[in-house]
Amino acid sequence: MKFRNRSGDVKQEVNMTAMIDIVFLLLVFFMVTLKIVVQEGDFSVKMPLASDKSGAVDDTELPLKLRLKADENGRLVSIAMNDSQLGTDFDSLRDTVIGLVSGSKPGEGAEGGPEVEIDTDYNLRYEYVIKAITAVSGYKVGDQTVKLIEKIKFAKPRR
Amino acid sequence: MRIERKKLEASEGDMTPMIDMVFQLIAFFMVLINFSESEANNRVVLPSSQLVKPPEAPLEFPIILHIAQDGEVILGGDTYTAETLKVGLSRELSVIKAEKKNPGDANVIIRAHKDAAAGDVQEVIRAAQEQKLEKFALRVNEDQR
Repeated sequence: MKFRNRSGDVKQEVNMTAMIDIVFLLLVFFMVTLKIVVQEGDFSVKMPLASDKSGAVDDTELPLKLRLKADENGRLVSIAMNDSQLGTDFDSLRDTVIGLVSGSKPGEGAEGGPEVEIDTDYNLRYEYVIKAITAVSGYKVGDQTVKLIEKIKFAKPRR
Repeated sequence: MRIERKKLEASEGDMTPMIDMVFQLIAFFMVLINFSESEANNRVVLPSSQLVKPPEAPLEFPIILHIAQDGEVILGGDTYTAETLKVGLSRELSVIKAEKKNPGDANVIIRAHKDAAAGDVQEVIRAAQEQKLEKFALRVNEDQR
């Protein structure tokens, strides 16, 4: 009688406490280590050392010259593309590039297309250089990216 | 004797739904967690651009150069300036050469702070070019707007 009673009424339960402790620890660990990561991407630039090769490679087309000037705080003061002043507006830079590129055939791949040489003041903030590279290398229409200039190089740093 | 037993049983609630939920949460956070951040450096805040997309495949033979706001270059935990970077780069290149590859095959990933001087970045690129490195990737944050 006693025997039957025990096996019927009392459920043989596993002790959950230890598992729940560990599970909560894991939960807290993952919550603490979680960081919402901003996706990163690259502007790929192929830049061999220019000095010895440049004369041979640049057969007919001279690179477009993009001049970025900065004030003493590193802020952008003016953009000039092939001596035409564009103020500080990256949209007008993009429009200029669209005008320049539409003459030569776009979409020839990495080998073809014009090249742009970025010549910046030494203390210009890098952020503006990236903005200029963005403006020069393409634009977005909806989800589609239209490529403009893929060959980018830097002029000699100005000290 | 019987009454005592009943009291004991009633004190335990049913844990199953809670454990289910907690496991769901753990699974959620495990999926979201991203350990690839180890290549980031907390001295560097990247600029952002709309045009970039996350690379589909990781770059081959990456050399990651962090450029802090003051122009210091961080390569593999050591700090260099644009002038002394040659030492660090030649160490990286000896690894690449040991795998019978050219310096031109390596990808230099430049993670520069958005307020760093552009000239400092250019100096670093120049120092890398002098080591016959050719492929550069300017890393930026993806701008969702």
